Amino acid sequence: MPDVTLTVNGERERLAVDATETLLDALRARLGLNGTKLGCNQGVCGSCTVLIDGTPGRACLTLAASCGGRDIRTIEGSATGGKPSVVQQAFVETGAVQCGYCTPGMILTAEALLKRQRKPSTDDIRHALSGNLCRCSGYAKIVDAVRLASERMPA
Amino acid sequence: MNAPPIANTGAVGQRIPRLEVQEKVLGQALYVDDMVRPRMLHGAILGSPIPHGRIRSWDKSRALALPGVKAVIVGPELAPHHLGAFIKDELALVREKVLYVGDPVAAVAAVDLATARTALTLIDIEYADLPAVFDVEEAQKADAPLLHENFEKYVKVFPAEYSGRNVLSISTIAEGNVDAAWAECDVIVEGVYESPAQAHAYIETNGALAEFDAAGKVTVWSCTQSVFKVQAAVSEALGISMAKVRAIATRIGGGFGGKAEPSAQIIAVALARETGRPVKLILSRDEEFTMMRMRHPAKVRVKTGAKKDGTLVAREFDATYDAGAYADDSPGVMGFGMLMARGPYRVPHLKCVGRAVYTNKIRTGAFRGFGNPQTALASEANLDDLAAKLGIDPLDLRLKNAMKPGDTWAGGQKVDACGLIECLEKLRKASDWDRRRKAPAASQPGKRRGVGVACLAHISGVLATSAIVRVLEDGSFSLNTGAVDIGQGSDTTLAQICAATLKVPIERVNLVNPDTDASPYNWGTGASRVTYTVGRAVVQAAVSAGEQLKQRASMILECAASDLELREGGLVGLKGVPGKELPYGALVGFSHYVAGGPIIGTSALMFDGPGFDPKRALLRGVPFSNLGAYVFGAQAVEVEVDEVTGKVDVIEVWSAHDVGKAINPQSVEGQIQGGVVQGIGYALTEDVVWDGGRVVNPSFMDYKIPGSLDVPYAIHPIIVEHPEASGPFGAKGVGEPGLVGVGPAIRNAIAAATGVRLSVMPFTPERVWTAMRAG
Repeated sequence: MPDVTLTVNGERERLAVDATETLLDALRARLGLNGTKLGCNQGVCGSCTVLIDGTPGRACLTLAASCGGRDIRTIEGSATGGKPSVVQQAFVETGAVQCGYCTPGMILTAEALLKRQRKPSTDDIRHALSGNLCRCSGYAKIVDAVRLASERMPA
Repeated sequence: MNAPPIANTGAVGQRIPRLEVQEKVLGQALYVDDMVRPRMLHGAILGSPIPHGRIRSWDKSRALALPGVKAVIVGPELAPHHLGAFIKDELALVREKVLYVGDPVAAVAAVDLATARTALTLIDIEYADLPAVFDVEEAQKADAPLLHENFEKYVKVFPAEYSGRNVLSISTIAEGNVDAAWAECDVIVEGVYESPAQAHAYIETNGALAEFDAAGKVTVWSCTQSVFKVQAAVSEALGISMAKVRAIATRIGGGFGGKAEPSAQIIAVALARETGRPVKLILSRDEEFTMMRMRHPAKVRVKTGAKKDGTLVAREFDATYDAGAYADDSPGVMGFGMLMARGPYRVPHLKCVGRAVYTNKIRTGAFRGFGNPQTALASEANLDDLAAKLGIDPLDLRLKNAMKPGDTWAGGQKVDACGLIECLEKLRKASDWDRRRKAPAASQPGKRRGVGVACLAHISGVLATSAIVRVLEDGSFSLNTGAVDIGQGSDTTLAQICAATLKVPIERVNLVNPDTDASPYNWGTGASRVTYTVGRAVVQAAVSAGEQLKQRASMILECAASDLELREGGLVGLKGVPGKELPYGALVGFSHYVAGGPIIGTSALMFDGPGFDPKRALLRGVPFSNLGAYVFGAQAVEVEVDEVTGKVDVIEVWSAHDVGKAINPQSVEGQIQGGVVQGIGYALTEDVVWDGGRVVNPSFMDYKIPGSLDVPYAIHPIIVEHPEASGPFGAKGVGEPGLVGVGPAIRNAIAAATGVRLSVMPFTPERVWTAMRAG
């Protein structure tokens, strides 16, 4: 069992993981970070999205053993002191959340987008979210949420 | 004790964020797969590899020998208790004969999921293949393989009609005299329209966690649309008293009908019983596509006759729904499809006959629309063809025939609240219909644009419901209904209804999580019923609590209860005397410690409005007697078709719905937009591909549900409010309607853009291109 040392939500973690263990399993089973969801286990639906060194990645397709030295952020790391992030708060207010299962992945994808592009257009937002499937909302209110968050962020 | 009064507490009609939204955005919401119990095992189910065959022998020794495997159960080891919502034709695990690829035959519990799944491959089952049938027409032929040899002996929970090979249910609805009416018609248009299977594709797969206590009582946590159905099914399947089964809903990652009937719960309980340890069983995405259930593929023949001016005279429908291997909700789905087939129009002569037929494929069941999208495609496409033949604008044709308040639905139920005409008029204006219809502007050469319209109706209501409103010592409330919020927002809507009735801010209402040990009975989340039916029970229970509060206040103020009123902020006051009032909290304190006893308002009800009229209509084999309040809507879609590839892009959608009263407009919009997008997937990309009985695209990679780039941002919900007298604050349902008219509206828009009148959904590039070539 390889030992891997990585940073998760700002904390250094040393984990003994199986060689075939995914980052998703390690986060959920070993660290109890259940906010990262399993939807398809195939890298399509995006509900397992986490930020790996700031870039959205599929935790279900990423081997935990390959994450040595990486900086991982999960949905649990988005809030500060229990206070929702700008993006999280925008999701609350716009009605972007229905069942909530895709929500963590959507929020992390949106946070990464707004980090690299502060004022995205509607189409930019739609493109950025295109790897995250939602079966409830029809996407319009999720796009609204990202736009609202972008308006609230300092330019 | 009392929280400070707040002046304006009109919670109804407000865009209030979901009660549980914080935990969802923070990643703290607890879904069933997030739950862990001490010594918990992981379960997995083995599905049949063949579509039809007898189990000849089985050997589980290799699987049991695998280290970490704690139990292997095969069907013959379970007592043969039959299950089924309408027809009891199914076992938790197959005993003798498998009927589809994926039919559960065995289950494993092991120390981890990988071991459980490995063990599945070590269970040796020998089958004797039988000929299989995958097509509903083939299945009805005299020499077709018979799926259920004992069909006659199965318990049927409704007055079922059936005849013919593999036919499990026939529903007939007729009014007037169709056969004689054709002679009165100037124009008759006939067509056959086919719609596909559709996978629910909620992002959270089904799952359950079961744990027994020392007294033999099992607790089942699961993602379900009804904890009461879970309790009943576990009891029925495994022979455990309902008094020993507790079902609890976790957060639900989407349902759409696919979690209405039991899924993994029964097998999880069987494994927990076998091992004496908690067992969690979560289906894989692949298993969702091959083991669970889908929307019924249907083939609907429709014939419509009209006068030259467009007045509808007669309609006839003949439909066949593919039920797959087990009945599940098929009799209801097909029967409801027949009830909705006529559409929201005045048609004096009507005949609808539907059949549900067994085939050796995955079972089909409840899915948003419940049989209605299939007949809506046929009905609304056929009307469009009629409009073209008559040379009448399709929106005008619908306006001319649209139902009005006081008209009757097929079967004779009178409809008092009907905002269909307003929906159509608002749709026409918002979509700039007349301009877009006359002068469609394509974005570039090689593309063609067109707009299409479809009307829809649906039901909101059905079956039994209850609510308990208990007042707490600080003047807050506990609201307990047993209704599961599957993501649509019903918890918030019900809390708004409760808060508004009792004139308190919504923060003072606590929603009790559905739990069969604690909640009053609720049939389930489905049939667009929670806002309307449960909301009505909440109003009744809240009104009762309010009356009791007044009664206690009358004891303190020494006046008649009838002289008292509920005031904003949670006060009981003397009418006409400002300031003479008592906070709810003080009244509860009085009730608990001085006189009167705890204040608990209750309601238990079933839809009791008008039903079918047997003098007016013939209804046979229809598995329900009365349903609820009818809802109405109209949808318009603009599409752009690529001449070279045949690909259809949806450019813009307008979706107008009479919801009676929008309790939470934000949630209503979300239901409409989500329904529309699920409808776009159904119409354009979601194609279940079969190789014989095997689903060959059981993944999100190969079964394409819409992503953010596949649908327009511009999906405009239009809310129309014609109050329904029996509904809470005038409200009725909106959960399903958003999907229902999208397929035909897209089909009709493609016709406007290209002249091609398609009859088989989904409208894939290949189908559109081929039809355009054929001209």
